[in-house]
Amino acid sequence: MTQISRDDVQHLAQLSSLQLADDETDSLQTDIENILGYVEQLSQLDTSGIEPTYQVTGLTNVWRDDSVIDYGVTRETLLALAPEKTTDSVKVPKVL
Amino acid sequence: MVKISDYNDISAVEAVQQALDKVAASESYHALLSLTKERALERAAAVDAGEITGKLAGVPFVVKDNFLAFGAPTTAASKILENFQAPLQATAVERLEAEGAICIGKANLDAFAHGGSTENSAYGVTKNAIDQTRVAGGSSGGSAVVTALDIVPFALGTDTGGSIRQPASFNGVVGVKPTYGTVSRYGVVAMASSTDTIGTFATTADDASLVMAIMAGKDERDMTTLPDFFGAEVLKPAQKIGIIREFMSDDVDEEVRDRVIEYAEKLKTAGHIVEEVNLPMIKYGVGMYYIIVPAEISSNLARYDGIRYGVRAQNVQTLAELYGRSRDEGFVTENKRRIMIGSYVLSSGYFDAYYQQAQKARTLLINEFNALFETYDALIGPVSPTPAFRIGENAEDPVKMYLADIMTVSASLAGVPAISVPAGTTSDGLPVGVQIIGQQKSDAQLLALASSQEEN
Repeated sequence: MTQISRDDVQHLAQLSSLQLADDETDSLQTDIENILGYVEQLSQLDTSGIEPTYQVTGLTNVWRDDSVIDYGVTRETLLALAPEKTTDSVKVPKVL
Repeated sequence: MVKISDYNDISAVEAVQQALDKVAASESYHALLSLTKERALERAAAVDAGEITGKLAGVPFVVKDNFLAFGAPTTAASKILENFQAPLQATAVERLEAEGAICIGKANLDAFAHGGSTENSAYGVTKNAIDQTRVAGGSSGGSAVVTALDIVPFALGTDTGGSIRQPASFNGVVGVKPTYGTVSRYGVVAMASSTDTIGTFATTADDASLVMAIMAGKDERDMTTLPDFFGAEVLKPAQKIGIIREFMSDDVDEEVRDRVIEYAEKLKTAGHIVEEVNLPMIKYGVGMYYIIVPAEISSNLARYDGIRYGVRAQNVQTLAELYGRSRDEGFVTENKRRIMIGSYVLSSGYFDAYYQQAQKARTLLINEFNALFETYDALIGPVSPTPAFRIGENAEDPVKMYLADIMTVSASLAGVPAISVPAGTTSDGLPVGVQIIGQQKSDAQLLALASSQEEN
């Protein structure tokens, strides 16, 4: 059975952009180990020569024209949704 | 129970007001997160003035709070979208509004639709319509309860692995998970894109069919939508129906099995042939589902970053801290579990063993379904191994909670339609649902079959 260490949980949290509290790290360690322990049953299946199914109605790429479609949503409306902004842009902490 | 046709002889304003009065009288269930009262009354007045007409003119309805709709915030029952004001409406809502229907409120759900009990809502649990000590089911728990309480004749939900069917069965109403691609998901909070579907709760199969037919059809804003196939169906006589043996084992509550057997007997009396069938891959359904769906969740929920919309954590210094803290504070534990499981199964080194293996197993499952549909028009079984469980009963053990999805996830993985129809109650009076599963695009035929079995 898969062993999940505390470091593994912290690594997964980092990959997932989650800054976990300590007590939550502990409980997630147990939960993730149990869940992976359950889903591991799939390893019993012989799937050699079987193609995976990612899409269930047989669609492949669906193309559309590369043209602007007006969905009736303005820049102002979208900007108003940002939690921190200036008059014409979204504010973020310094990146570089 | 109220039906859509009951609204023919009543003014729209009166219909909306009645629904709002019922909401006020049903607050203890905590089925709704917000009301769109002002907009609803405005639209009702426009219907009464003859400015809005259509097949559902003046009929009130409710949407799960993961549908973008005007008149109230869209929270997905999460903190990160608290107060999020939708800049547009979901195609499903737009199509219903175009036929004159009036949205009166937004229903509670497990945050981001992750769960099967509505206990994962960031805003408190919804109580079962029949027994308030029990769960409403989930994730579309609120939508099921408002339908069961006769507040509205129909309510929209989303079903990714059972989130319409299971609460429908727990509250004694009809629930439809259509063929994948039937209804546009544009404007609905994405969970797992390869199995997310839009469907409805209603009190009769005919009403459900009417609502689905209005919502169905191609939408250029959701590239996975299928051309409209959801016409009125004439019931096919003498159907061959398979009862899924794997779902009738001793692990399933005896009274649930009894109700399914009684339903099968009724089908026989109506001239259909019912036989036991095997679907061995179905026992791997939960395993496949809890690899594939978290993988897709981890990707779809990456967009909630506290930057462009939603709630941003305060007093952060760096960008990484902004992401990490906004997401930690904005998601419930179940969201985090699924995102992290998704990150795990998609990681290099584990991708083949988990994600690819699950997608291959999915092919084997689909092959078994297809083989059965060569012979059978429909498959039946329970919706859930138990009637509604008690609030808190499964909350501490995620694997136990996931196993409650065992009967619903397989139809989702195969993209086939599955409906939940009321089939009586247990001796305690708790509703039991029968699930009817068909091949892709047989949705209307399944509902016609269900309709033919309804009393009166």
